[in-house]
Amino acid sequence: MQNNTCFHCGDGCGNHTIRYQEKSFCCNGCKTVFEIFNENDLTCYYDLQSSPGAIPKEIEGKYDFLSQQNIIEKLTEFRSDSIEITTLYIPHIHCSSCIWILENLNKLNPKISDSQVNFGKKTVRVTYNPEATDLKSIVLLLSSIGYEPYISLDDFKSGKKHINRTLIYKLGVAGFGFGNIMFLSFPEYFEVNEFWLEQYKPLFRWLMFVLTVPVVFYSAQDYFISAYKGLKAKLLNIDVPIALGVSVLFIRSTIEIMLDLGSGFFDSLAGLVFFLLVGKFFQQKTYDFLSFERDYKSYFPIAITKIDKNGNENSIQVYDIKKGDRLLIRNEELIPVDGILINGKAKIDYSFVTGESQTVSKHSGDKLFAGGKQTAGVIELEAIKSVEQSYLTQLWSNDVFNKNKEDGFTTITNNISKHFTIAILTIAAIATTFWLFTDASKALNVFTAVLIIACPCAIALSAPFTFGNLLRIFGKLKFYIKNACVIEQLAQINTIIFDKTGTITSNKNCNAEYDGESLSDSESLVLKNSLRGSNHPLSRTLYSILDEHNIISLDRFDEHIGKGIEAGHEDVNLRIGSASFVGNLENTSVLNTTVHISSNNVYKGKFTFYNSYRKGVSKLFNQLKEQFDLVILSGDNEGERENLKKLLPSKTKLIFNQKPEDKLEFIKYHQSEGAKVLMIGDGLNDAGALAQSDVGIAISEDVNVFSPACDAILDATKFKELYPYIKASKSAIKIIKWSFLLSFIYNIIGLYFAVTGHLAPVVAAILMPLSSISIVVFTTVCTNILGRRLK
Amino acid sequence: MSVIYILLTVSVIVGVAFFFIFIAAVKSGQYDDSYTPSVRMLFEDELVKSETEQSTHTKTD
Repeated sequence: MQNNTCFHCGDGCGNHTIRYQEKSFCCNGCKTVFEIFNENDLTCYYDLQSSPGAIPKEIEGKYDFLSQQNIIEKLTEFRSDSIEITTLYIPHIHCSSCIWILENLNKLNPKISDSQVNFGKKTVRVTYNPEATDLKSIVLLLSSIGYEPYISLDDFKSGKKHINRTLIYKLGVAGFGFGNIMFLSFPEYFEVNEFWLEQYKPLFRWLMFVLTVPVVFYSAQDYFISAYKGLKAKLLNIDVPIALGVSVLFIRSTIEIMLDLGSGFFDSLAGLVFFLLVGKFFQQKTYDFLSFERDYKSYFPIAITKIDKNGNENSIQVYDIKKGDRLLIRNEELIPVDGILINGKAKIDYSFVTGESQTVSKHSGDKLFAGGKQTAGVIELEAIKSVEQSYLTQLWSNDVFNKNKEDGFTTITNNISKHFTIAILTIAAIATTFWLFTDASKALNVFTAVLIIACPCAIALSAPFTFGNLLRIFGKLKFYIKNACVIEQLAQINTIIFDKTGTITSNKNCNAEYDGESLSDSESLVLKNSLRGSNHPLSRTLYSILDEHNIISLDRFDEHIGKGIEAGHEDVNLRIGSASFVGNLENTSVLNTTVHISSNNVYKGKFTFYNSYRKGVSKLFNQLKEQFDLVILSGDNEGERENLKKLLPSKTKLIFNQKPEDKLEFIKYHQSEGAKVLMIGDGLNDAGALAQSDVGIAISEDVNVFSPACDAILDATKFKELYPYIKASKSAIKIIKWSFLLSFIYNIIGLYFAVTGHLAPVVAAILMPLSSISIVVFTTVCTNILGRRLK
Repeated sequence: MSVIYILLTVSVIVGVAFFFIFIAAVKSGQYDDSYTPSVRMLFEDELVKSETEQSTHTKTD
């Protein structure tokens, strides 16, 4: 088989290899791409990485809407008469060859002046001359070489995306201040009593002051704002003691240098702010190529073909579809609105919506729901609703999509800071009263020293570094989490709800069972060979399940789109397809997907397809059953109930026939009973449930392409690892608690200096960075050990 | 005037200069994509090769 993989895309070529220039190709599409590259001296593409390509898809007519001015306007970031710049999202970008070929687009179309890839975001930014070429031909060019861009309704609104870089600026200011102040404060710490140093002391001190001002008023402003908001809402969050510490540090240091009492704590102050911001920065692990905020807009096309009264075809924007419009849906296009089928055979793939990969047949007069993908030829339908009012899209008008999950959640840090702040204020009060009676001149000094040393830098750093590191570890294990708060919520889960189709079942492999008269050798030979010629998903699945047979050339082969295949070889004539097509009029099982076969007009039997469950589902459920309530919440019928009962632990609740809203309400109800719900789903129909749950995880076969809005995305191959992941997030909470303990020890040492009135700036300058750094080291080492255990 | 004023001024100016270079670099989007440039850098040789090849093509044409 070694020689038999495609030179272009790396897929197995099977028995129908195309040879060209002594290289194997799996299909004509791949060969064509190679020819294009070969003619243009771009074969270096294959040197950088072996088999980097993708099979180009049929796209005829699909991008006609790109010649419309108003759509070009939305998709380009800059437009003038001679230059247009557009950024296209290309899911296939995956290796260095991709970068190379896409940045050499000008070899294929000289009118493209520049193309630049952002690998992380999987985008290419193309600059071209609109007088000589246009957006449509660029998209067609990209598609023809296997890099089809993904253009959805989402691109329509966004326009220029604003990148928020304030945190980096703040970090820069704090780092700059910290570094310079440290150098300026060194001479005094070493107590070099040289004459000239004494002379310039005020200058050094005021310079430090100047450097500290932007650190306090710009870099640290978020802490003041957050503390103010917290106090307003009567919450003692972690930012309250931080803001208190920062302001006391600043005021006391300023007074000290004004009255020439000492050198102040400017270096500790700047260091504190710098470390806090580093923690914040570290926690912000983002996955550029993933989106956790997708709604139906990312799935829907921008434009659709409308047929007017005179029978002319026009592209119109999806938002402009009105009730009563006649729309033309081509093969592989998505239905954007609810409608009634007027013309053509519809075979709709609702996998975006339900996760179910088998297609559904519809006849003219049937209602079609938005979100389905047509898979068999061209159909015409009449819109009966507008886009926003369609059955599926209505789900997004639910309030749950406007709610921020983090809002109602008290993090472990804020939880502890409540007690911490009260304790510190009490200690400060007691120490001050004590000194008022013993040595009143020192009282104010002690009071401020307590607030300074107790500034909970180490506590505030524990969670960001633990979670930040764990986010990265999870990311490497293909479990992509939106933010740190999600890990905390994951650790508190007690109920897990699974969607069925596409979540615990796999779209990729399917089982089929044959039921009926057994087929003769020649019949199964013809069957296998006729399936080979068909592109229908069911044919493909069946083809891969059946035993290997020799390749023969069929005498007759006819595919009736939406019905089945008619094929013959010598004296065997087979009809393969739906019950009516084959001529079996008996009522067959309605719950399952079937393919019927007849030979020479005699009915033979049928293949029934069953869901194939992911590997390790049973094991996973058995691991989880001890600690969690388990529920299967499916939108499908009860066809699989018996199978599931056998597979899963007996206490698992099985609930079928759930509409998207039902799923949402089910979760809401359980939450009101006190359950912390983890929802695991995959399709758009789970979007409401994922948003309502405490943690919503989307399972995805290909993380680059589709997943509804959620808190985390889990690669389907890692599904069975879910239990260790949940355990790891619980351990993370333990790590944080230990590091709290560690920082309390530092605080106690510091407080000893503070209450006894001996807090010299040099002590603070050593103790504060030391505590911060040791917390960072401790949490990083612990989470790395945790991560190693996960692998 | 003592030499310390000059030294301080110079050091502050150098510091501030680097600080502004950093801000400018962030603003230009240099840190937005930290992966692609590392790969792109390695392509320079291939680019030159194919470019010269093409230019010879056009000459012979």
